Amino acid sequence: MALDSKTPEGPIADKWTNYKNHIDLVNPANKRNIDVIVVGTGLAGGSAAATLAELGYNVKAFCFQDSPRRAHSIAAQGGINAAKNYQGDGDSTYRLFYDTVKGGDYRSREANVYRLAEVSANIIDQCVAQGVPFAREYGGLLDNRSFGGVLVSRTFYAAGQTGQQLLLGAYSAMNRQIGRGKIKMYNRHEMLDIVKVDGKARGIITRNLITGEIERHSAHAVVLGTGGYGNVFFLSTNAMGSNVTAAWKAHKRGAYFANPCYTQIHPTCIPVSGDHQSKLTLMSESLRNDGRIWVPKHMKDVEAIKNGTLKPKDLKEEDRDYYLERRYPAFGNLVPRDVASRAAKERCDAGYGVNATGEAVFLDFASAIQRYGKETAHVKGLDENDAVLIKKLGQEVVKNKYGNLFQMYEKIVDQDPYNTPMMIYPAVHYTMGGIWVDYNLMTTVPGLYCIGEANFSDHGANRLGASALMQGLADGYFVLPYTIGDYLSDDIRTGQISTDTKEFDDVEKEVREKIDFFVNNDGSHSVDYFHKKLGKIMWNKVGMSRNIKGLTEAISEIKALREQFWKEVKVPGANEEYNEELAKAGRVADFLELGELFAKDALNREESCGGHFREDAVELDGEQKGEAKRDDENFAYVSAWEYKGEPSDAILHKEQLEFKDIELKQRSYK
Amino acid sequence: MNLTLKIWRQKNANDKGQLVDYKVTDISPDMSFLEMLDVLNEQLINKGDEPVAFDHDCREGICGMCSLYINGEAHGPDRGVTTCQLHMRMFKDGDTIYIEPFRAAAFPVIKDLIVDRTSFDRIQHAGGFISVNTSGNTIDANAIPINKQDADTAFEAATCIGCGACVASCKNSSAMLFVGAKVSQFALLPQGQVEATDRVLNMVKQMDDEGFGNCTNTGACEVECPKGISLENIARMNQEYLKASLKG
Amino acid sequence: MSGILNSSIGRKFAMALSALFLMFFILQHFAINILSVFSPDTFNEVSHFMGTFWAVQYLLQPVLIIGVIFHFAMGFILEFKNWSARKINYAKNNGAANSSWMSRNMIWSGGFILVFLIIHFIDFWIPEINTKYIAGDMSGLVDPNVADSGFRYYEELVHKFVPIWRVALYCLGFIFLALHLLHGFNSAFQSVGANNKYTKGLKGFGKAYAIGIPLGFIFIALFHHLKACCGL
Repeated sequence: MALDSKTPEGPIADKWTNYKNHIDLVNPANKRNIDVIVVGTGLAGGSAAATLAELGYNVKAFCFQDSPRRAHSIAAQGGINAAKNYQGDGDSTYRLFYDTVKGGDYRSREANVYRLAEVSANIIDQCVAQGVPFAREYGGLLDNRSFGGVLVSRTFYAAGQTGQQLLLGAYSAMNRQIGRGKIKMYNRHEMLDIVKVDGKARGIITRNLITGEIERHSAHAVVLGTGGYGNVFFLSTNAMGSNVTAAWKAHKRGAYFANPCYTQIHPTCIPVSGDHQSKLTLMSESLRNDGRIWVPKHMKDVEAIKNGTLKPKDLKEEDRDYYLERRYPAFGNLVPRDVASRAAKERCDAGYGVNATGEAVFLDFASAIQRYGKETAHVKGLDENDAVLIKKLGQEVVKNKYGNLFQMYEKIVDQDPYNTPMMIYPAVHYTMGGIWVDYNLMTTVPGLYCIGEANFSDHGANRLGASALMQGLADGYFVLPYTIGDYLSDDIRTGQISTDTKEFDDVEKEVREKIDFFVNNDGSHSVDYFHKKLGKIMWNKVGMSRNIKGLTEAISEIKALREQFWKEVKVPGANEEYNEELAKAGRVADFLELGELFAKDALNREESCGGHFREDAVELDGEQKGEAKRDDENFAYVSAWEYKGEPSDAILHKEQLEFKDIELKQRSYK
Repeated sequence: MNLTLKIWRQKNANDKGQLVDYKVTDISPDMSFLEMLDVLNEQLINKGDEPVAFDHDCREGICGMCSLYINGEAHGPDRGVTTCQLHMRMFKDGDTIYIEPFRAAAFPVIKDLIVDRTSFDRIQHAGGFISVNTSGNTIDANAIPINKQDADTAFEAATCIGCGACVASCKNSSAMLFVGAKVSQFALLPQGQVEATDRVLNMVKQMDDEGFGNCTNTGACEVECPKGISLENIARMNQEYLKASLKG
Repeated sequence: MSGILNSSIGRKFAMALSALFLMFFILQHFAINILSVFSPDTFNEVSHFMGTFWAVQYLLQPVLIIGVIFHFAMGFILEFKNWSARKINYAKNNGAANSSWMSRNMIWSGGFILVFLIIHFIDFWIPEINTKYIAGDMSGLVDPNVADSGFRYYEELVHKFVPIWRVALYCLGFIFLALHLLHGFNSAFQSVGANNKYTKGLKGFGKAYAIGIPLGFIFIALFHHLKACCGL
């Protein structure tokens, strides 16, 4: 099947408007007869469910958490971009579009990104109308901050909890519809498969996580807003429950999986402290505005710091290696996430890691504290030479800006970051890849839509800060509700979809068989045992820096691990009860397949772009020596994989990317 | 560290349930409390026993899913943290730790340490929203300036994560801090004024119908709240409620 | 407005209003009693006025009695409801970590105050009602037949505080009153929604009131006891 992105014709700035003017609509009376299933209730799923219900469709929404409010969008810290140009600093739809395409290393679809930039301003209006308490200036108007990789201030925020506030906004919109009976909410339900009737997505099979009941739900269309698959690495900043199962099941039922290897590894996370670690915690990107990243210059100092004989703050300036400032003098500590992460790994691989595991670098606020302290003393007319006073004043300023993050750090690491540099290390944070969708956000399965992080569409090979929230809400509030109408307009005479059909019987049977296998397989290892092993393979061989040998090994190791899993996995308890191990087993089974496709995709893409770095695709000489080398001639396409049984059999389909409105350039931060 | 755990085990909602003793050894002080329970569960699974069921998800203190009552306090002895942010360095080698579910008639136990908090959701369905359609035709966000102090106070109220520690800590199992936070958020913003009367009346009615207790202002909720939601929000809700009662 | 007493906040509001009324009453009660220390004559005159003025007797007194009964009854009803809001108690609960003893034990301090009030009614109020409305003696004199026998109020008061057991009981009652007020005073203001720039100052005043008034009553009781027994 040839991939058709269904991008409308015409100039990029008019595409979305023209498209909306010409699509088919469903009249309000008919909407009452149409059911839509929405799986996932984060920013994308939650906003989509609310909007579809407002439009008049009957929505059934599903989440595995105990409440829609707990979806992992809630953990997003920094902010949400919107081309409002409230600061009058020259921002525009085009500029946001341009920054996003460039930030994504020219691996996203222009028309989708332009639409995203176009609706971004409306998101802010919508959220304010809903009562989302964004940060404000003293004049009462909305405040903005600046984020990595851009030259304007367009990020709206609510302290360090922007994701929480936006999600609670979407949740409140859902609540209104749940109260009206237009959304039927299914908490603690996990989607275990998609049911297709006559080639169209017409329903899902779910498991009630409390009772174990396997349920059938039908609808005229199914929307997946089920988030990313970063947990394939076991350790990530994702929530423990974040999983690929819904997306993977869609893939197995015919939805192409696009660019699985595009993963964002965030440079500022709290390092792993030991084997017991269950998840990683992000320290907001905003910290890099004031923190300087360094490791010692000399190996003897590294050793001394590791064994505790030297305190990091006592190491002399000239013995420190501020490697980002050294390598990237133009952007310094504010290089994009992928670049900062790789640079940290390079230093640690060379043996300069500063903690016991050798996987940590310092993020130091001492000079920011000095600078702010002096500024404050100057403003207040105090003694600028009083070191104690300067430190105290500087610490107060830093506390006002980052207090909650510093406190979080102290609780986890038990060190006071005001007095000793923080230790950080990169960690898996976001997956740009996902289910392939066309301009309508429909997958290759008719009637099956995919929105938010779960799809692949807008961020190319690297996502800019504060763009994930924007995409989730744009898809859910403003894009999908239009595009889905065009599809559903053909369904006004279909009537209720019966669940009492062979199609549902067959899929339910498959689901039950798998569950029966798990609870009856008297294996020898827990689910986590396999998940941790998979994570290690992924991190070491398909992580920040990839090469042919490692990827080839990863593919066979994951395959072997998957085979072992199906023989030796042990799931205690039964199906007919709350059984977290059983739920985890199903998720890890899917990760074990995805992981292999992920490595296969990384092996196929013989270039370095964004979060995907191939050691065999680097600049060999000149100023950019050693930096990532993109290959636009051969790889300016989206890799969309078709399921054919084993991941190794997956067939690659290419969607060639065309750049009509943006010139392709090398990203340089030197 | 070596610890003795007294954990509430209850097969399902209908089971009677009881405290069961477990021992864990070689616990690192750098572990989070939930990672310590992961160690216990791995032990139990390998022995062929059923692991202890507990709610958890984001493990960074924001989703509000984790909900343990540890040594007599919601989210344990530390302040300003959820259970997932509680670290084992708060305990000593040889300690005995009681781990119980959040207790309230409105939070029935589902299994072991997992409780059903959908009563919170139902309170929100009753009025925890502003009735504005997501049509894309809303007015410009900066059309209504909002006093910074009100916006900040509304934000502070809105940081509630809905974990239920307030109910669990309250000797009366009252949900007033939770409801007060939501009512306050909207009461402080101009967008929330239009529906203010119905909102507070409906939410309080739903809260009462769910079987939460009455507030006697002990302030335990505020102390145990991982997000530091202030008691002022309850006072503000009381005010809003009385105003609304006089009107409606 | 209808059915406000059926809602949790409505009941809480009613509880607070009755509490505020009772606190005002206690203040007034104290103001009169303290006169007995400084000027028995003034005490007698004020007591006689309060005991015979129609508005006090036929308006305020019934309101007070209703207020007292309401406050106690509602207190018990709420407590009962609150117990049923948690069917299974914690095996280990560390209430001291997050709240004051007073706030968690209002039912017990209140309960003891009720016991004290019953004794207090038996001591003063019932004899008073008996004298005035059953025996029909509205004169307020020690001997109604002797016009210059003087008011009986001061003498009755002093007489009651001779036995040490009663003095001890009263002191205990006032200690419980203090404990009750230490939480109750500010709790009442919180319940009626007081939340403004005065709230902080009010907290300090509440503490002073909660300790000062019961301490004053204790002083009165001890003063009369010591005066009678030891000729202070």
